[in-house]
Amino acid sequence: MATGTLPPRPSSGTGTRSPGRAQIAARTLRTDSWRKAPTLTVVLLSGWVLYAVISTATQSAYFVKDYHYLSPFSSPCVTASCDPAARDFGAWFGHFPPLLPFAIVVLPLLLSFRLTCYYYRKAYYRAFWQSPPACAVAEPHGRYSGETRWPLILQNSHRYFFYAAVLISVINTYDAILAFHGRDGGFGIGLGTVIMLVNVVLLWAYTLSCHSCRHITGGRLRHFSKHPVRYWVWTQVSKLNARHMQLAWTTLGTLMFTDAYIALVSAGVLGDLRFFH
Amino acid sequence: MGYQASFRVWRGDVTGGQLHDFTVPVNEGEVVLDIIHRLQATQAPDLAVRWNCKAGKCGSCSAEVNGMPRLMCMTRMSTFDQAETITVTPMRTFPVMRDLVTDVSFNYTKAREIQSFAPPADLAPGEYRMRQVDVERSQEFRKCIECFLCQNTCHAIRDHEDNKQSFAGPRFLMRIAELDMHPLDTADRQRAAQEEHGLGLCNITKCCTEVCPEHIKITDNALIPLKERVVDRKYDPLVWLGNKILRR
Repeated sequence: MATGTLPPRPSSGTGTRSPGRAQIAARTLRTDSWRKAPTLTVVLLSGWVLYAVISTATQSAYFVKDYHYLSPFSSPCVTASCDPAARDFGAWFGHFPPLLPFAIVVLPLLLSFRLTCYYYRKAYYRAFWQSPPACAVAEPHGRYSGETRWPLILQNSHRYFFYAAVLISVINTYDAILAFHGRDGGFGIGLGTVIMLVNVVLLWAYTLSCHSCRHITGGRLRHFSKHPVRYWVWTQVSKLNARHMQLAWTTLGTLMFTDAYIALVSAGVLGDLRFFH
Repeated sequence: MGYQASFRVWRGDVTGGQLHDFTVPVNEGEVVLDIIHRLQATQAPDLAVRWNCKAGKCGSCSAEVNGMPRLMCMTRMSTFDQAETITVTPMRTFPVMRDLVTDVSFNYTKAREIQSFAPPADLAPGEYRMRQVDVERSQEFRKCIECFLCQNTCHAIRDHEDNKQSFAGPRFLMRIAELDMHPLDTADRQRAAQEEHGLGLCNITKCCTEVCPEHIKITDNALIPLKERVVDRKYDPLVWLGNKILRR
């Protein structure tokens, strides 16, 4: 504890209504549309999670065999329930019961990577936990311990999920390479290939723009001048890091779009637009 | 073109107070502080307001304009609709002294609790040498004008008076980060940041960054890097193991 010399204050009244502060009853005097951002966050994040749960739990329309399009929501497909052609890394498990996502090995890691991400933390602390809902808007909670206690102290494990996310991005890259697949084998390019490629590039950008990545590559140094290569890498990651929020949202969109496109092609609703073979 | 603006200004002291309505002339190019000064000159000669440079560099005229923590001297009247009623209150995190003036001594107490720069014992003043790239990193933090708007908006203390004892606030955690990134500093800042200055209370909701009039990226460049350094020190077993092995 800090050796504070602040005089103790009476405990009656909390927050901006604490004794001694300007007595203003309003929770906030903001006149702008501060509710818009948290509301939009709740709607978009909830919608995305709902889509992901439905998409992965249905265990269908995740793979287009002709062009080897494998949905990122089902990759790596390592269960005997997967289409044999989609089992690029073998079958590690037997048949899955209904509702269990095929990519059960990596989905918890990816979810944890996003849950502990410094940007998403800001987003959901504000939008879901209202802590605070917006700047200078009083939060509804009587007590606050931040990230000092269980379970939020686990947010400090973000870097481990970053390491996992790097490995999973390698797998996604492999999937994108395999998607350069012609109808009868050999090389081919279709709209699905382009969509998967864009998705994986953006996933790499989001993963490498992570604050933990910025720290590991060079942020932890005290002497940039003694480590010119790491300093250069740090400057590049810092440029990406400045776009971390945008990349966080964009990749949610591209993941969903990629999965939806593959599902539609797989179900025969859409035909894949082929550019080559 | 001038117009008549509607203002609501909080007036009172520690015993109580309320918002008072005023109609004040506004001229082109003016800022909120100009209007507060006009109020003082024409309608409320005893209105208390702290100010100094009128150029956004002294950090004195911090207040809340339409509920947002701002420097009054840097808030242009042209950003408001002419029909809008503009509400000006003192900062709501610190004890009020009178009208728009608050007691910000909390911040000076917190500043004193941070160990000052600790160079190596064998290095005398005048012998410090640093490369430009090492200087540049903390230069951003030196732009701080100590207006305490970040401290004011941080919900960890704004909404929780009881945290004031254990939480230094974004301005002073940024100071710790600056010292921890200093190539010549030898003090153990990381453990102190978490255990003595309450870094764990920060939930990185970025309000400090949003209100900073110097546009310092407090959260991204100071608080999160400091949190990651604390993880190195306290929560990452691999880094702990690596340090053990390398020291042998």
